[in-house]
Amino acid sequence: MNITINGKETAIPENPDRTIDSLLEELDVSQRLYVTVELNGEILEREAFGTTPVNGGDVIEFLYFMGGGR
Amino acid sequence: MLRIPASIYDDLVAHAREGFPLEVCGILGGTGDTVSAIYRMVNTDASNEHFMMEPKEQFSVVKDLRAKGLAMLAIYHSHPETPARPSVEDIRLALTPGVSYIIISLADPAKVDIKSFHIEAGNVEPEVIEVFNH
Repeated sequence: MNITINGKETAIPENPDRTIDSLLEELDVSQRLYVTVELNGEILEREAFGTTPVNGGDVIEFLYFMGGGR
Repeated sequence: MLRIPASIYDDLVAHAREGFPLEVCGILGGTGDTVSAIYRMVNTDASNEHFMMEPKEQFSVVKDLRAKGLAMLAIYHSHPETPARPSVEDIRLALTPGVSYIIISLADPAKVDIKSFHIEAGNVEPEVIEVFNH
């Protein structure tokens, strides 16, 4: 099936068990605690990463927390 | 090396001064090693010691950069009262791969200091900034 990840259409194997969290793992995204995900235009609560399925046609954006301090 | 047009370099200084005594933050976009766009971001912490960008605004900037064929080249923030060097927290939270981290120090108000760094896995490497006129 095809999904769009950070603006790029990507073909991934069908997997009914795939969640946002497992997708990030498949993509080798490290430090996932600091990743924010937007799914089809809506920011996804972190608590839902492990239970939200990835469906064909989904548009997924992810980026890292940007912050710091002196 | 990071090449920054003088107009954007001046805007970095202006942003830091306008936000003083709070930290300000933003994103620079461009192509290769050359900056061509600045995005002033909201510091949701509104703090003198910390900054945090708002995810919705971050996504908006990333999409705008993509639409313009630009890449995110740098994340900047100001240090209102401390030198232009990354703090322990700056290093720990430098998570976005492949970008420069710019710090604008107002510790000496008469001489604003801007430095750029590459920070990967806790390692900090200074980077030369070249300011150029169009």
